Amino acid sequence: MIAPLKPGEHLVLSLGGLGDLLQQLRRDGYQLVGPTVRDGAIVHAEISGIEALPAGWTEVQEAGAYRLKRRSDGALFGYSVGPQSWKQLFFVPRLRLWTAHRTEGGFTVEKDEAAPPRLALIGARSCDLHAIEVQDRTFLQGPSVDPDYAARRRDVFVVAVQCGQAGGTCFCASMKTGPRATSGFDLALTELFEPHRFEVEIGTERGAELAGRAGAAPAGSADVEAAAAVVQQTERSMGRRMDTADIKELLYRNQEHPRWDDVADRCLGCANCTLACPTCFCGSVEDVSDLSGDTAERWRRWDSCFTLDHSYLHGGSVRASIRSRYRQWLTHKVASWIDQFGTSGCVGCGRCITWCPVGIDITEEVAAIRATDGARSGESKEPAT
Amino acid sequence: MVPEPARVLSWRRESHDTVTLALETATRRPFRPGQFNMLYAFGAGEVPISISGDPATAGVAVHTVRSVGAVTEAICRLRRGGVVGVRGPFGTPWPVGEARGGDLIIVAGGVGLAPVRPVVYHALARRADYRRVFLLVGARTPEDLLFRRELERWQRQGDLTVLVSVDRAAAGWKGRVGVAPALLADVEIDAGNAVAFLCGPEVMMRFCVRELGRRGLPDERIHLSMERNMKCAVGLCGHCQYGPTFICKDGPVLRYDRIRPLFWLREI
Amino acid sequence: MSEAERLRRHPFTRGLSDAQVESLAACARLARFPEGAAIFREGSEADAAYLILGGRVSLEQHVPGKGNVQLENLSGGDLLGLSWLFPGGRWTLDALAVEPTEAVALEAGRLRARMEEDAALGFALSRHVIQQLYQRLERVRLQRLDVYRVGP
Repeated sequence: MIAPLKPGEHLVLSLGGLGDLLQQLRRDGYQLVGPTVRDGAIVHAEISGIEALPAGWTEVQEAGAYRLKRRSDGALFGYSVGPQSWKQLFFVPRLRLWTAHRTEGGFTVEKDEAAPPRLALIGARSCDLHAIEVQDRTFLQGPSVDPDYAARRRDVFVVAVQCGQAGGTCFCASMKTGPRATSGFDLALTELFEPHRFEVEIGTERGAELAGRAGAAPAGSADVEAAAAVVQQTERSMGRRMDTADIKELLYRNQEHPRWDDVADRCLGCANCTLACPTCFCGSVEDVSDLSGDTAERWRRWDSCFTLDHSYLHGGSVRASIRSRYRQWLTHKVASWIDQFGTSGCVGCGRCITWCPVGIDITEEVAAIRATDGARSGESKEPAT
Repeated sequence: MVPEPARVLSWRRESHDTVTLALETATRRPFRPGQFNMLYAFGAGEVPISISGDPATAGVAVHTVRSVGAVTEAICRLRRGGVVGVRGPFGTPWPVGEARGGDLIIVAGGVGLAPVRPVVYHALARRADYRRVFLLVGARTPEDLLFRRELERWQRQGDLTVLVSVDRAAAGWKGRVGVAPALLADVEIDAGNAVAFLCGPEVMMRFCVRELGRRGLPDERIHLSMERNMKCAVGLCGHCQYGPTFICKDGPVLRYDRIRPLFWLREI
Repeated sequence: MSEAERLRRHPFTRGLSDAQVESLAACARLARFPEGAAIFREGSEADAAYLILGGRVSLEQHVPGKGNVQLENLSGGDLLGLSWLFPGGRWTLDALAVEPTEAVALEAGRLRARMEEDAALGFALSRHVIQQLYQRLERVRLQRLDVYRVGP
């Protein structure tokens, strides 16, 4: 029996211990959601235990490219980020908001009383934890709270993983969202080898309690240092960066920059970036009724500012050109977001770069605008009066 | 937030495509001039409609609706006793307090007259708070003019100066022909003590802003009601964004100097 | 009130010297039009520039089958008529007083002569005409945009 552990302390967990820890979580009533190989990618799905994890897999990511690749070791978390974040668990892609029934006096509305499952996130990365915090600001901290998001966010157990390598498109270091996760987790694991084990940083008391039950022992200073070195190496090897100096004003004053024309020639308006992005929050509503016309439902679904419908007004779209839609997305993500929510909307996960079919790289786009700050395509529209 | 059923108390046709409905809501929610409700037509959908009635009248929400699509068409087809879903009120109001002690210049175009009518009611009820009050109204044709009898009554009353202009006249029209911003030529503007409220098509408001600028009215004394695509009305769905501004919660009434960089951008 | 004083009241003479205004007064006369009166008709000789002091004038075009269609209104402070600027000009529209209207009429031939003789006067008045044209153009463009119509 070990002494009660406290947040901030470090433990060591064996491979078997991690397996036990996951089963303990299940016995505690949590539904495990973690990485697993499916359809040629590492996705987040409900998993039953350690055997589902992508042991020995990594991925090669570049702008517009993603391939799984075998590793020479059996690392369980030897990849970076897959196409999905944790967004779809809290801000779900399709949700019925309410059902309405026609009555004599008009109609009645009933809301679904769904009880969302208690989720345990396994393998959450620093960028994605920051993304959850960013989405919390949108859905929980404004004048209106999204009740479904709030319900799903309650009592989530987080087992984070400190990244052992920088992904091909990652740039969390320059966004100050990683690679080391410092908050938002119950436990943070760093995978170490020879022997294959996990250094564990305790984030919360319940994390400590669970680690204790799984047989974690206090970590020696060698393991703590080894774990720290892993993350430092990840930071050093990060290939991309976004220069965020004064980025809000930079984007605000370059709305007529010729770079927008340039990217518009490449962008397909496919919306992949918004689907892959862990912080994008646009949603649309659909009102449907049955054939009798007596029952109607309202559904919420994910939406994207890249669609023409998104800005539909008075018979046309305000943002009809791809140029204006790309400008809207990027300016919102790295500039307007700051005015709206007090942080950047970008966490440097690199997914938009990887999953863009034509390989548009937002770090490159911002750098290009910065390089010719103030350049204009076409005339200024503002009057001289 | 779910729509609350509201019964139609009265219905009145304003023009060939516009009706005014008075709705009785179960909960008496006070509103301020410039705010809007989301109106739900069962099974069809929801649209944001400004409240066009007197803010002093409790328990009744008056909306002037123009039929431009499936949902508004369904709403316009309702009659007394019909039921509409209501969510709201939402949005920022016209800052009537800022005009106190000075002149209030209201320029409204088309169905934009509906969101400013509550301001007129307010100004008439507290007339001594303001110096001169101008209501400049533009419409496509005389048949499209809203609240014609009320406009004539206000003109006769003399408490405010009402100037009306139509883009194209019909035979027998004795009033002015021309665009709404041109009516500003007949308004003496005391740039140091006047406030302008603009409401109508964005192009019309652009011309008004230009003209007001020429006449020396400072940018921070001009307020506009902006519109964008709206779905949730509570700042969560992302549709109504206008730069960093959410029209549903930071607007729809916005001060011109604060949106000036956006106002002249295309496709924003 | 003298013609010169009346001229001074109108923006057309802004920035002109007293001597210049007097020289214009020599070709000016006060014109009053009761409600419904035609000030000029399309096709007739553009023989005067009208500086509207008060009232309201409707610019109209006769359209076969529709009768007279009102295009625009002018009122006090506006310049009625631009076709006088060139010799042999003819009015391209009808101008009718829809309210009792008072204007200073400047005889076109003598006005043009003054503008030729005095280059500074000619420039100042031309500039005013261009300003009026621009304002008119802006309004007409907004009218043309048909902003209250709904649909693509």
